[in-house]
Amino acid sequence: MSTEPRRPGFPEVPDDPDVDVEAPAVAEGPPRPAHRRPGLVALVALGGAAGSAARHGVQVGVGTVEELPLGTLVVNLLGAFVLGLLLEWLARPGAEQTRRRDLRLLLGTGFLGGFTTYSAFALESERLASGGEPALAITYLLATVAGGFALSVLGVATGRSWRRRWSR
Amino acid sequence: MTTLLIAMGGGLGAALRFVVDGVVTARVGARIPWGVVLVNLTGSFAIGVAASTLDGTTAAVVSTGVLGGYTTFSTASLDSARLALRGRGGAAVAHAAGTALACVAAAWLGLAVG
Repeated sequence: MSTEPRRPGFPEVPDDPDVDVEAPAVAEGPPRPAHRRPGLVALVALGGAAGSAARHGVQVGVGTVEELPLGTLVVNLLGAFVLGLLLEWLARPGAEQTRRRDLRLLLGTGFLGGFTTYSAFALESERLASGGEPALAITYLLATVAGGFALSVLGVATGRSWRRRWSR
Repeated sequence: MTTLLIAMGGGLGAALRFVVDGVVTARVGARIPWGVVLVNLTGSFAIGVAASTLDGTTAAVVSTGVLGGYTTFSTASLDSARLALRGRGGAAVAHAAGTALACVAAAWLGLAVG
């Protein structure tokens, strides 16, 4: 009972307070998951900030055409294609693991995650549906969901073909 | 100035999405991507509440910034595509259509209670 090993983060005075914070994790168990590492969360935040600003720019620039929220549709379809392409491309053999993970978090989870939005899409659809435009609401829903699905598949296929060409 | 605040809100929202998705996926696994589903559902409900309670710069920072960065379409769409590419066509359609309809319902509910 008294031989239970001390876990990292256990509220006791450590034997050596100057010990490298990464060292106990390596010695006593698997490393912390990515979402609990402040540096990686910061990478996602940085990408998300840039992506959100870019989305705002497109939403303001393209705006609404014939009551259809075209700006949101454009960011979501573009982002769906590029994310599929990016993640397949980063999965190519030989790419360095740490750099690949950082690029995925900065550009994929961060930038493209922030660039695209589900909340605005949901709210705009609800407003079209309850605002007497049910046909337009269905058009917008189908264009977003089916279009996003098709462009995700196309992005994955394009990324795979680039990867094959690269590894030849 | 508003764009800068939107960017900061978007960064905060994206970080929150990363943590929520990580915690949920660690608990329930990634066979069905529930983490992003939960993020998009809660974000869609919150934007409904925000739309009926906030206005001006605050609305832009919260709705376009924080909630726009928190929710994501690209990952949701790619998750559906990956289910289909792995031969799980039924799950792919259920995931795509179910997420969309549930998020529209969540936004409606948010507007109603806000």
